[in-house]
Amino acid sequence: MVRGVTNLVFCGVGGQGVLLASEVAAQVALEAGLDVKKSEVHGMAQRGGSVFSHVRFGERVYSPVIPLGEGHMLVAFEELEALRYAPYLSNQARVMVNTLRVNPITVLSGEATYPRDPVGMLRSRFLHVEAVDALALAVEAGSPRAVNSVMLGLLSRYLPFDPRLWLSVLEARVPARAREINVRAFGLGRELFS
Amino acid sequence: MKVLLSGDEAIARGAWEEGVKVASAYPGTPSTEILEALATMPGVYAQWSPNEKVALEVGIGASMAGVRVLVAMKHVGLNVAADPFMTLSYTGVGGGLVVVSADDPALYSSQNEQDNRHYARMAKVPMLEPSDSEECKRLMGEAYTISETFDTPVLFRITTRIAHGKGVVEVGERREVPSRGLKLDPAKWVMLPNFARDRHPLVEERLERLVSYGESLPDNRMEMREPQLGFITSGVAYQYVREAFPQASVLKLTLTYPLPRDKILEFASRVKRLFVVEELDPFLEEQVRALGLDVVGKRVFPRVGELSPELVRAGVDKDYRPTWISFSPIPPRPPTLCPGCPHRGVFVVLKRLKATVFGDIGCYTLGALPPLSTLHSCICMGAGVGMVHGADKAGEGGRKVAVIGDSTFYHSGITGLADIVYNDGVSTVVIMDNGTTAMTGKQGHPGTGVALQGRGRRIPLESLVKGLGVERVRVVDPYHLGTMEEVLKEEMEAREPSVVITRRPCTLITPGPIGTCRVDQELCIGCGICVKVGCIALAMVEEGGEKKARIAEHLCYGCGVCAQVCPKEAIGEVENG
Repeated sequence: MVRGVTNLVFCGVGGQGVLLASEVAAQVALEAGLDVKKSEVHGMAQRGGSVFSHVRFGERVYSPVIPLGEGHMLVAFEELEALRYAPYLSNQARVMVNTLRVNPITVLSGEATYPRDPVGMLRSRFLHVEAVDALALAVEAGSPRAVNSVMLGLLSRYLPFDPRLWLSVLEARVPARAREINVRAFGLGRELFS
Repeated sequence: MKVLLSGDEAIARGAWEEGVKVASAYPGTPSTEILEALATMPGVYAQWSPNEKVALEVGIGASMAGVRVLVAMKHVGLNVAADPFMTLSYTGVGGGLVVVSADDPALYSSQNEQDNRHYARMAKVPMLEPSDSEECKRLMGEAYTISETFDTPVLFRITTRIAHGKGVVEVGERREVPSRGLKLDPAKWVMLPNFARDRHPLVEERLERLVSYGESLPDNRMEMREPQLGFITSGVAYQYVREAFPQASVLKLTLTYPLPRDKILEFASRVKRLFVVEELDPFLEEQVRALGLDVVGKRVFPRVGELSPELVRAGVDKDYRPTWISFSPIPPRPPTLCPGCPHRGVFVVLKRLKATVFGDIGCYTLGALPPLSTLHSCICMGAGVGMVHGADKAGEGGRKVAVIGDSTFYHSGITGLADIVYNDGVSTVVIMDNGTTAMTGKQGHPGTGVALQGRGRRIPLESLVKGLGVERVRVVDPYHLGTMEEVLKEEMEAREPSVVITRRPCTLITPGPIGTCRVDQELCIGCGICVKVGCIALAMVEEGGEKKARIAEHLCYGCGVCAQVCPKEAIGEVENG
């Protein structure tokens, strides 16, 4: 195995800002002087479908895709999606999940059933599971659209990068009028579980 | 400066730094972002063409006029452009010409997973395959050097993981490359049989010279580490090999057609076990085998879908049993039509009319999925228009109709419609005009008049279809199910060609919801008819032992399609305050 590569999995539903969040994390790693690779899928997959992004950083990264069972952290914007991408995680992985449920069309039309307790299922297999109502915190920060900043704030606690670096990257990525809100949301996420 | 770029963005950057002056494409996942990025860079004329064939012809013209050119398309786009591509190999180029083919192993957003490396072999043109963003940018320089040195187009083949993967790229400055000027040379540019006959031997000779070039090309790289295990690989598969077997020796091929025979033989002689790792077809493997080498490839690695580090490991090491945590059952979350999507109503009505629906490529292909299940064929861009005519002439089945998006109609529907008119057909073609190329991300097309770098000129849809000789042309609002049903029924029954334009802008290009719908819980009888329109804003919710429809107001667009199918008029539209 390649040593010293950190593997992050981001997932959620199309339109939730999963790709933007992964973009920020990748940029932070780049600005910290590391090699970075990232993989995701656009197009058909985004029409309300399941969305994921792999971010890998370290001294030298080869595969843009995380090998199954080797992810260190999962940042899930939706509960069901957290379950879907679990195979990419090591059993030591840290799971950060937004406690939001969005029914897929297969559930709405009655073909399938939404799992009763996804967070409980995650807890039964992973040691570190943090379930967060990121929407409530985003609203507290000033906008329901700042969910991804809350999740990034939480993630930032477990990565060895200066919070000022996170904030400078974040500020560059969000529109000027939303900057203050996102900085606040990031702070609320970062203070969680402390 | 080091920046994080996708493969697509890196290709655009590389082309720009190499002095490219003209670029053309038709949007198609995963290639779309190349032209979107190039269009923002100074000194480049970039355009969307109506289809890939025209895009390549525009590129050939610019190349003949002496400037450097980039043409980009998805893998199936090269099928459309195959006609000019094959003969372009004979003419060669003026200014350097690079054709990017973005393949889609695993079919993330495509109708097949064809391996376009075969095009390089069929057309006898050199092919470069980058293995990450850094190479996407850097190899653009190599591509234009090869193109101009060997008087050939270059096929630059990427896959979804390269196109949409991101990596660190060192960006530089633009180098202005002077035009080589337009030189008239019939023996080179006029492919009459007499002239073409003389060009073919040159193409064969060019290939032999390219083999020698590949032998000394530093990017066809032998990485000698431990000799027990050797891999011949290219593209993203190289990264998977490095990840899975960091200590193994690797022959990393970058010019993957034609192959450097001596380098391959030398590498083979220096390792004990030799594997060829490549996605999709055994393109490299068969050529390596033809050199008389005993290699292992598709016997242990899959021919379908993408590879991954663990698939590479599992192919080499039979005892490798990766472990991971998985949960089941997990309800699938397929893509669906957005709330308010103007295509939804069309499918609701066609379902009611029990029509056989011939479709093609676009967001509307999703009409095939439950609960709508009202699109019955999808082959390629424009296919439904020809197919409905064929089925009509076969005389089988009941009501039939073709559906096609506006952008797709300009791409490949026009000739199909001409066929219907010319051959005295009776078919009905529904053009679902949402005013954009939605699936690939809201690009303009001839019907919008919005060009890639700004102002274009609009070709109005109605005049176009009338000009093709269709006398029955109706325009309807797809939010009005009753009117649409009446019109569609009439037109399908008419014994002459007809076009129904269902016109409403894609919700992605409108300012936002036009209202909100609510279910009156008193009136709702829980029949579930409304959820059959397949909208994620609508669900059956159980409360106090009773299942009733509920609308998630933050998702609702206010189109009112569900309200129109409710038998109890329980769904009301509430204007946004």
